[in-house]
Amino acid sequence: MTTQAPSPVGSATPARTPGGIGESPARPDGTLKVTGQFAYSSDLWLDEALFGVTLRSPHARACITGIDIAKALAVPGVHAVLTHEDVPGLPYYGLDHPDQPVLAIDEVRYQGEPVAILAATDPHTARRALSLIEVTYDVLPPVTDARRAVFDPSIDRVHPDGNVVRHQPVRVGSADEVTADVVVVGEYEVGMQDQAFLGPESGLAVPAENGGVDLYIATQWLHVDRGQIARCLDLPEEKVRLTLAGVGGAFGAREDLSMQVHACMLALHTGKPVRMSYDRAESFLGHVHRHPAWLRYEHGATRDGKLVYVKATIVLDGGAYTSTTPAVVGNAASLGVGPYEVPHIAIDVYGARTNNPPCGAMRGFGAVQVCYAYESQMDALAAELGLSPVEIRIRNAVSQGSKLATGQVIDSPAPLADMLRRVASLPLPPSTVDSSGDLPGGYGNTTRGEGVRRGVGYGVGIKNICFSEGFDDYATARVRLAVVGGEPVVTVHTAAAEVGQGLVTLQQQIVRTELGVSTVLLQPADTTIGSAGSSSASRQSYMTGGAVKAACEAVRTRVAQRLGHSTVELVGGKVLAGDTIVDLAAAVGDEPIEETVVFRHRPTVPMDPVTGQGDSHVQLALCVHRAVVDVDVELGLVKVVELAAVQDVGRVMNRVALEGQIHGGSAQGLGLALMEEIQVVDGLVRNPSFTDYLIPTILDVPPMPLTILEHPDPHAPYGLRGAGEPPTLSSTPAIAAAVRAATGLRLRRVPIRPEHITHPT
Amino acid sequence: MRVTLTVNGEQRTADDVWPGESLLFTLRERLGLPGTKNACEQGECGSCTVLLDGLPVCACLVAAGQAQGRTVVTVEGIARYPGSIAARNERGADGAAPTAATADGSTLHPVQEAFVAAGAVQCGFCTPGLVVAVVDLLRTRPHPTDSEIREALAGNLCRCTGYEKILDAVHLAAQRLAAAGPDAS
Ligand code: FES
Ligand code: FES
Repeated sequence: MTTQAPSPVGSATPARTPGGIGESPARPDGTLKVTGQFAYSSDLWLDEALFGVTLRSPHARACITGIDIAKALAVPGVHAVLTHEDVPGLPYYGLDHPDQPVLAIDEVRYQGEPVAILAATDPHTARRALSLIEVTYDVLPPVTDARRAVFDPSIDRVHPDGNVVRHQPVRVGSADEVTADVVVVGEYEVGMQDQAFLGPESGLAVPAENGGVDLYIATQWLHVDRGQIARCLDLPEEKVRLTLAGVGGAFGAREDLSMQVHACMLALHTGKPVRMSYDRAESFLGHVHRHPAWLRYEHGATRDGKLVYVKATIVLDGGAYTSTTPAVVGNAASLGVGPYEVPHIAIDVYGARTNNPPCGAMRGFGAVQVCYAYESQMDALAAELGLSPVEIRIRNAVSQGSKLATGQVIDSPAPLADMLRRVASLPLPPSTVDSSGDLPGGYGNTTRGEGVRRGVGYGVGIKNICFSEGFDDYATARVRLAVVGGEPVVTVHTAAAEVGQGLVTLQQQIVRTELGVSTVLLQPADTTIGSAGSSSASRQSYMTGGAVKAACEAVRTRVAQRLGHSTVELVGGKVLAGDTIVDLAAAVGDEPIEETVVFRHRPTVPMDPVTGQGDSHVQLALCVHRAVVDVDVELGLVKVVELAAVQDVGRVMNRVALEGQIHGGSAQGLGLALMEEIQVVDGLVRNPSFTDYLIPTILDVPPMPLTILEHPDPHAPYGLRGAGEPPTLSSTPAIAAAVRAATGLRLRRVPIRPEHITHPT
Repeated sequence: MRVTLTVNGEQRTADDVWPGESLLFTLRERLGLPGTKNACEQGECGSCTVLLDGLPVCACLVAAGQAQGRTVVTVEGIARYPGSIAARNERGADGAAPTAATADGSTLHPVQEAFVAAGAVQCGFCTPGLVVAVVDLLRTRPHPTDSEIREALAGNLCRCTGYEKILDAVHLAAQRLAAAGPDAS
């Protein structure tokens, strides 16, 4: 203990430490990122490192009849060629249950499935040698129609246990018996979207002296990677040490393993460090995508526009392996009617297995597909009733106290009607375009805009925040307060993955607010501390933010105890203890204070397997969009003129970072509405490149004015609400509705392609 | 083959360059300059933008051999060697701006500062290419409009930001450069 009580330094209240909660301090990694010094997983380098590559199946479904590695192994510079026989431990992995082979065993179930891996001295040699591995296949007809996979008993089974990964019904009231004044029925489709992060799957595996392995990796969740890797390598978890390398975007695509086990196998086999980095084409094959969906909805309402019932059948194509399909199905089912009060509900959601590319997590996670469909239905209902799209939504909007489809009562603010009124009252952009570059198609549009029609559309979405359905979802944080050079310094250690969202900044802000210390150092995220959970489900501000806050509180209590108080305030490098103020540095002295805290959100329960009922979600977040589009009805081209959003975030932690999340999420929704789709024909991906898979450019994304509301959630740290995903939901249907308004077409599929406008079916 | 070129003001030599190897590969794999990013290798994303003799190019589309004897500036050197109209016209020895404003290697270029300040950086994988592209844009158009910025950056994909903060950063950089005077490039 400090031997001498620190002496008071005065009684004037010290100034608040700048850079705390509610401000927008610069990212701590910003300078490294703008100067090219930030080490992404694809930048890692060791002189003696080998380069690893993956041989993938060219077929969607085939039996492997032979693999001959001799020629490849004979190439000078090649150190190893490995197949499934070389997997040291469990030859399968998977987030929900391990059904995905590390390397294909006797059969391939999707195009791009890894069959063999190879390590050589350099990328050129590795790629050349890879082409010398001879695999013979007995090609089989792939199962590619998800609806048939689920409903047609005569279809082949993709796995021995069948083609339905999960069927989740929701039953409320008596949807099959009630009648309604007005009924609208619609069938909708959502194409397969890719996360298309820019930084490829990559990492560096280094054999450790203890027989284990160190992996430097871009991922969303270090600990869940480690568990899977350790089982596949047959190593105890403590011998598999993971450190987060720079992550070039994630959006769900890094929740499943990609090259992790492969790089570790090659490193352990050769005794040398091995780096791997996919190219773009391989990246399109090497991670899961957003589930394409087929959705049939029937909405019944009274004459005055109150919903009576919703019936829906939804099939999500999970592709060849389970990945996170069960949880995606849960989201689609529990959020399948959207943020509306509905007395009678009958929903059935099926997650299918096919020989299409595996699908799993992508921003919005099952809530995106249903949002596009239920919002399209609300517009159809409004048209049928002669109501405005905004009015019908307001008449059915949830608010605090409403029940979700699961029976769960929304127990924090949900001001949807107010959000709709706000978005509807925003000024509209000017109706004329000022230069031909502003026409749909930009300068490529050779007309004078004769065929251009303007449309306005609205979309509303509801997203669950944090992991649902009884998952033990927690985050760990260690906070250490020490004195360095006479000044208090705080070091924070978590395993949380910074994927671009700004969690590193937020951790510093929380410490400054809670401990009044301006110098906050962040230790690299790794597995030497407990799990932080995944950087997904918009959960890290809530979870790792909550853990850092709680660890700070524990440290603050220790400071108080040292000074003989039960509580103190820490502000501006000072301790406010009762009437006295002392320097924090003096209070800490040469005995640092360290606390590690595990933070959990409130418990949830699984959905009832028959009725879908249960308090399955932790927190719910709403976003509302209004899209204004110009459509050239002759050319089929769409220009989004403006995409305005109103989102309730509970509490603004960092406005600049928050706006970046809402903008980025809205832009990905725009991509799904108008351009982004992995084209899969007979199980084969036709467009694995940025030439053919288009993501929005700066010319495609319009101004996105934001209205951010703060209605705190009393259950959440600081009252915050996860914010990254909700805008990805509502942006897509808003844009689709605007295109419908401009064209008068039904448009039952996203992305909307030019031919859907010029040659509607 | 051997390729000798000037990178960020220094003469550098790469040995064992393969025929058809891209300048991007040479920079990242042989010259220890991984700041320039590889996100597509097809000229579609702009992450690999560098200045070649003062002009922005996708380094993935330039064969390393084509850079023989020429001057390359990457994100790692852009603060010190932002180039200038003069350097571009005269193909100055190292493409360096004849200004001391950014002579200190630790100093950020105003474009780099603006990207951090405006929140234009999230994952940052697009950032090196964008920084180089924006330095070039502001050299030719010191006060670009939104449409001019969109036109100029249409080849630089960003998956995280939705581009709004990137537009803010370009305007902020333009203001800071104007305030710093005509030599700041
Ligand atoms: S890596 Fe060169 S343009 Fe994408
Ligand atoms: S910041 Fe991630 S791609 Fe632009």
